Amino acid sequence: MQSTTAETVRTGLSRRGRWGLGEIAFWLVAAATLFFLPERHLILNEIAIIGLFALSLDLILGYAGIVSLGHAAFFGLGAYVAGILAKNGITDPLAGLVVAAIASAILGFVTSFLVLRGSDLTKLMVTLGVALVLGELANQMSWLTGGADGLQGISMGPILGLFEFDIFGTVAYAYSLVVTFVLFVLARRIVVSPFGLSLRSIRDNPLRARAVGIPVNRRLVAVYTLAAAYAGVAGGLLAQTTQFVSLDVLAFHRSADVMLVLVIGGVGYLYGGLIGAVVFKVLQDVLSAWTPQYWQFWIGLILVLLVLAGRERLTDKARFAVKRFFGRFKAQRTDAMPTTSAREI
Amino acid sequence: MLTILFDGIAYGMLLFVLACGLAVTLGLMNFVNLAHGAFAMAGGYVTAVLMNRFGVPFLLTLPLAFAVPAIIGLVLERTLYKQLYARSHLDQVLFSIGLVFMAVAAVDYTMGSQQQMIQIPTWLQGRVEILGIQVGLYRSFIIAVCGVLVVALQFVLTRTRFGSRLRAAVDDPRVARGLGINVSVIFATTFAVGSGLAGLGGALGAEILGLDPTFPLKFMIYFLIVVTVGGTTSITGPFLGSLLLGIADVAGKYYVPSLGAFVIYTLMIVVLVLRPQGLFARAR
Repeated sequence: MQSTTAETVRTGLSRRGRWGLGEIAFWLVAAATLFFLPERHLILNEIAIIGLFALSLDLILGYAGIVSLGHAAFFGLGAYVAGILAKNGITDPLAGLVVAAIASAILGFVTSFLVLRGSDLTKLMVTLGVALVLGELANQMSWLTGGADGLQGISMGPILGLFEFDIFGTVAYAYSLVVTFVLFVLARRIVVSPFGLSLRSIRDNPLRARAVGIPVNRRLVAVYTLAAAYAGVAGGLLAQTTQFVSLDVLAFHRSADVMLVLVIGGVGYLYGGLIGAVVFKVLQDVLSAWTPQYWQFWIGLILVLLVLAGRERLTDKARFAVKRFFGRFKAQRTDAMPTTSAREI
Repeated sequence: MLTILFDGIAYGMLLFVLACGLAVTLGLMNFVNLAHGAFAMAGGYVTAVLMNRFGVPFLLTLPLAFAVPAIIGLVLERTLYKQLYARSHLDQVLFSIGLVFMAVAAVDYTMGSQQQMIQIPTWLQGRVEILGIQVGLYRSFIIAVCGVLVVALQFVLTRTRFGSRLRAAVDDPRVARGLGINVSVIFATTFAVGSGLAGLGGALGAEILGLDPTFPLKFMIYFLIVVTVGGTTSITGPFLGSLLLGIADVAGKYYVPSLGAFVIYTLMIVVLVLRPQGLFARAR
């Protein structure tokens, strides 16, 4: 019995791990924008970064069910770490990213113990509080962070010693896209592993997960730390490619925006963050060109309508449509895994 | 020293009036309403507009500062909020953040982004010395008004038929409905009163807290602190919580201004980690 169950799970997971046609197409399109939309690389760069940031939120919200209103804490920390490093002479971008990721991961690890307890509301407040404390710190330690003026004078060296950042943002975009892609592949690998499966079971029913022997707290700490590192990389990318860091990276609206991005794209299947980032940025671009000062109103309206219409229903429908579209190209197969929807988070 | 304590108490009282509506929706009805500050802002702007454009005396604007947000709250509750009571917390958070964004942009559009000035009447300006303490008249006025409200709220919740019905409806809506209590009417009334009180608080506090379109975002965290730190099972918990917060904030800003709001946020995290259910609440 034992071995057959393990066998079913294994085949199920490896099936989930297989790349679909839609996914390959998605990344091909993303790579194609490098060559076909040269004048849009600055905004595409931002999209890639926000996509990575939303992806990291998806790891904890969509896969572990932790509602966070302070995810910008890690993003901001990563940005500041990368920025300060570059300012003090360590101009290699990749080294900066690694250090930013480590710093954010440490912060994530330490604060993860705070979000293990309490209700959704307590988690919201604690995560929000952590971000606020960091924001306040960055504001006060102006000798290090530049305070309200922002961290200026960042100059980056060439990536791998080969590619110099250019003013059109082409290299920056390629850099962000590659980093996002690599981290995405890693995240995708993680969520289809037994570890990812255990996370989903914790999200769906923590009590039962504990009962079947999953070390709930340890798993949550691990994924929270991982998501923090991802967010730190996203922040680091922003600092390196824009060569500027301001207090804005730790602001509340960052955390709210990234949640919105993720929700637009759909929670719990990794692509949500990336698709949401595209939609959000394009929307923001259009709206702020139309009403520069008041675009937030329309963002708010979209958010309200999205919730009222039932966001899972919309994303489920969209996913179903995509599946049907690509389903025609491949043989029908039955999913051995019980499909978990993003309903209960 | 005592003056700081006095100012802190006035500030705390104000925070309580602002946040008590949230204590009910969040604590009792279990709805995460981040848009609560928007109602407070509505009250503040009602007062500001009436006073500055139409020359209505300050005291006369206060009932309207209560009524207008209450009506807005009632309408929104009936049309939008009630559909979300059964939804997940994430949905509620997203929905209310959306409302905040809309409120901020809408007020910015109609009223402009500058600070609104409210001229309090002359008989409320200045300070007097009582028993060697410098006491601001306006702050005494706030303490008096808020004190009356606190007592009244406590009385309504614990002693009246409406209060017991509300508590029943909150504890178990289904059973309450089975007993013939009209739960949705009770919720709507409570929501409206809570929004109205927030509006009143916004109007009273415009002088002290400032009033501009970002008000809901700026003070959202304070309201949430009051409710979560105070605990959400009673009215006394948030009341004590807001007094503590008010005194700590005023004292902190006076003695260690360089630390800013840092102390309060850290304290909040510590409290929530040690006692997730709040300082003054029993674990459920």
